[in-house]
Amino acid sequence: MDLTIKIAGEAGQGLQSVGGLLSRLFARKGYHVFANQVVQSRVRGGHNWFAIRISDRPVHSPSFQTDILVALDKESSCHLKELKKDSVVIFDSRLAAFSFRQGRMLDVPMADLASKAGGNKLMINTVAASLVLGLLNFRPEDLFAFLRQSFGKKDEATGETNVRVAREGYDFAHKFDLGGRIADFSRPAGKPKMLVGGSEAVALGALAAGCQFISAYPMSPSTGIMTYLASKADSCHIVVEQSEDEIASINMALGASFAGVRAMTASSGGGFALMVEGLSLAGMIETPIVIVLAQRPAPATGLPTRTAQEDLLFAVHAGHGEFPRVVIAPKDIEGCFYATARAFNLADKYRIPVIVLTDQLLADSFATIDVLHPEEAVVRRYLMTEDELKQARDYKSFLLTRSGVSPRALPGNPYCFVTADSDEHDEYGRITEDLDRMRPRMVEKRNRRISGLLKELKPPSWHGSRNAKEILVGWGSTYGALKEAVDTLCADGVSIALVHFEDLWPLDCKHFGFLNKKRPAVVVENNFTGQFANLITRTTGIVMDRRISKYDGLPFTAREIVRAYRDLHKKGGRR
Amino acid sequence: MTRLEDLGNFETAWCPGCGNFGILDALKDALVKLDLDMHKTVLVSGIGQAAKEPQYLNCNFFNGLHGRAIPAATGIKLANKDLHVIVTSGDGDIYGEGGNHFIHAIRRNIDITVIVHDNQIYGLTKGQASPTSDPGFVTKVQPRGVINEPVHPLAMAIALGAGFVARSFSGDKGHLSSMIQQAVAFKGFSLVDVLQPCLTFNKKNNFAWYKQRIRPLPQDYDSHNKVWAFEKALQWGDTIPVGIIYRDGRSTYEDACGLMNEKSILSQTPDPAKLVEIFEEFF
Ligand SMILES: Cc1ncc(C[n+]2csc(CCOP(=O)(O)OP(=O)(O)O)c2C)c(N)n1
Ligand code: SF4
Ligand SMILES: [Mg+2]
Repeated sequence: MDLTIKIAGEAGQGLQSVGGLLSRLFARKGYHVFANQVVQSRVRGGHNWFAIRISDRPVHSPSFQTDILVALDKESSCHLKELKKDSVVIFDSRLAAFSFRQGRMLDVPMADLASKAGGNKLMINTVAASLVLGLLNFRPEDLFAFLRQSFGKKDEATGETNVRVAREGYDFAHKFDLGGRIADFSRPAGKPKMLVGGSEAVALGALAAGCQFISAYPMSPSTGIMTYLASKADSCHIVVEQSEDEIASINMALGASFAGVRAMTASSGGGFALMVEGLSLAGMIETPIVIVLAQRPAPATGLPTRTAQEDLLFAVHAGHGEFPRVVIAPKDIEGCFYATARAFNLADKYRIPVIVLTDQLLADSFATIDVLHPEEAVVRRYLMTEDELKQARDYKSFLLTRSGVSPRALPGNPYCFVTADSDEHDEYGRITEDLDRMRPRMVEKRNRRISGLLKELKPPSWHGSRNAKEILVGWGSTYGALKEAVDTLCADGVSIALVHFEDLWPLDCKHFGFLNKKRPAVVVENNFTGQFANLITRTTGIVMDRRISKYDGLPFTAREIVRAYRDLHKKGGRR
Repeated sequence: MTRLEDLGNFETAWCPGCGNFGILDALKDALVKLDLDMHKTVLVSGIGQAAKEPQYLNCNFFNGLHGRAIPAATGIKLANKDLHVIVTSGDGDIYGEGGNHFIHAIRRNIDITVIVHDNQIYGLTKGQASPTSDPGFVTKVQPRGVINEPVHPLAMAIALGAGFVARSFSGDKGHLSSMIQQAVAFKGFSLVDVLQPCLTFNKKNNFAWYKQRIRPLPQDYDSHNKVWAFEKALQWGDTIPVGIIYRDGRSTYEDACGLMNEKSILSQTPDPAKLVEIFEEFF
């Protein structure tokens, strides 16, 4: 079973509340849900949609087809091409009349239904959700219970009105003779699942890691992280400060980290660009920091509410001078949790900046997760113990060591002074221009940590046979679509597997053993220039000229990848 | 006990006779008189000649980026409010490159002290105009003289709600030390703008120039009066008032945010059990 419900309409019509409610209900019934939002960068009007994909198997990407379209505005006709013969279109000809007939059209007087049950105009959302659930034979009691719960004791009366409105909508749809049901959801598919948004998953990962400081400046699609953490400030002892700009964000976070708490910042490409000098500072003062870079299409302001994978090389190269950093791009929403939690440990262990590279697709989507395991993200601080501090009579913040990592003390301890200097410095952290000895040694020390890091970073994951004749290569959020594409191709008899990277920098040649002359590999990326393909070439010397790219601001669907793959084949493989 | 000799005696990169020496001396004097536990103190600076000051003290320090001392200090203080955080940097650093942070740090009212070595010049980059250079002041980059109106840091600070705004002179150790002591003791954002001769690049605003003009505030001056304070803060020319120009109490960010009333954030360990509770909200 694989069903997509799309709620389409203008900004301000409450698409998100209908979509959120439906997603949550299916998650509670144990279904796998992937919900994503496609919105214009405006607060009212325009044409937006909220797509909910429900399946009995894990899904991590949007689907091309739509089974139920809730069309709340005239522009919704742009979804015609996604409809199949038996798809259902729910609309209200009083709100938006359509000249076309496609699939099975269900004209519902939504406002009338709401007012009949004593509700107001706002409750059209409840009508819309209950119509969908009625069509799918979802247990109405679960819907009602959910509505009562979400309005709670404080607003019991509104809760009850919503229940009446929902009953009206549910019955209307349930009575409707479609000539065969689309699907039957009367039974649960399993135990209730969590429904988590990408930004929330990053924030939860930070909380699991014991992060206690975030300074950030609002910028789509990263803002959700700071918003969620602000709601947990009191209970989780975390300072959430909206800084005056992203330069302040990173410098504040570095100050907080220097003082000893785990600290992070988050932005999109434009804000990250402002942080670049601070990133280099983190490299110089060897102070851990986690930076979430939620990508959106650029250059410049680009498309604020759309998705892209255009900042990989920027993340890898940002910052003047030479210093190690880690770049991790989680593959899905669950991955956002683990990647963020792990980022803090890596940052502390090596005293480096770690960049978590997400994108709008991850940030603004919701997915079901069976259960999160914070115990897998054990907090390791790598700080000197009280005993070690007592013994270290001559503490040096930048002690030259074999690994390149200097033991870390925090300022405020009674035994030694702790320093940070953006100038080239000696082991004590004091400014130096000793070019003969100190400068080369410090450069080597800082960069020596890369060999430790290389051992730390994970090889790519495989989906499909290791003996497959062809390979699709991807990174980050395209995982879900790629995995499905591989399944579709394999079902068609193509011998193909997915090799997917989450750990993107530093890259180790040894993880590219799967590339050989006899086995064609296609790199699939949400960008124009093939940034990862180029990075692979740089690392391995192998030219990666088979590429599938998408740069229209929308995420890949599996169907697109399959088609692009077939086209590529027709053209003889190379672009 | 903090003794003068514990603070160290470092070789500096300053020109002989530079006003920075006076500021370092006065700062040391203040630290000793305040008897600040140096292990619980962090000096924060940006980049410039002035910003090298923490390097010449035995202390914890964060010598960050040009212009970014204040955000780093803010992060340090918010993470561990038990630390005394003192920023000591140049006029270019704080009012120029870091101007935006100066504005917003005052609005936040973090309990930090900012000492600005105001030599009305960019020293380290060899003599360009700074945001406080006098109009008409000639440099190699401003050969026809400075056109721009100078920033008025004290008036700006008062307008933004700073609770402690003072001016002093690097040539008067006793006065400067006293200003620093009171600034550090003050709970909230405190600013000490220090008139500092730069012998090498600012031939106009030299030692004698300042000496001639500075005047202590009158005996009956009420530093709680905002209108008087603006007048004194803007006074520049034949007489330049020094002293605590404005003083007012308001609640600090640390108190107002409610997260660290009892303990610093650093000493509040997150509770893993909380997370399990939070996960429940996602079902
Ligand atoms: C981002 C950046 N821009 C420019 C510089 C170069 N720079 C170093 S110090 C300085 C100005 C210093 O002036 P001020 O802060 O007044 O300190 P002073 O040397 O006068 O004490 C400049 C422009 C820099 N280090 N970083
Ligand atoms: S350049 Fe000016 S401010 Fe800098 S050390 Fe020399 S005299 Fe002092
Ligand atoms: Mg200066």
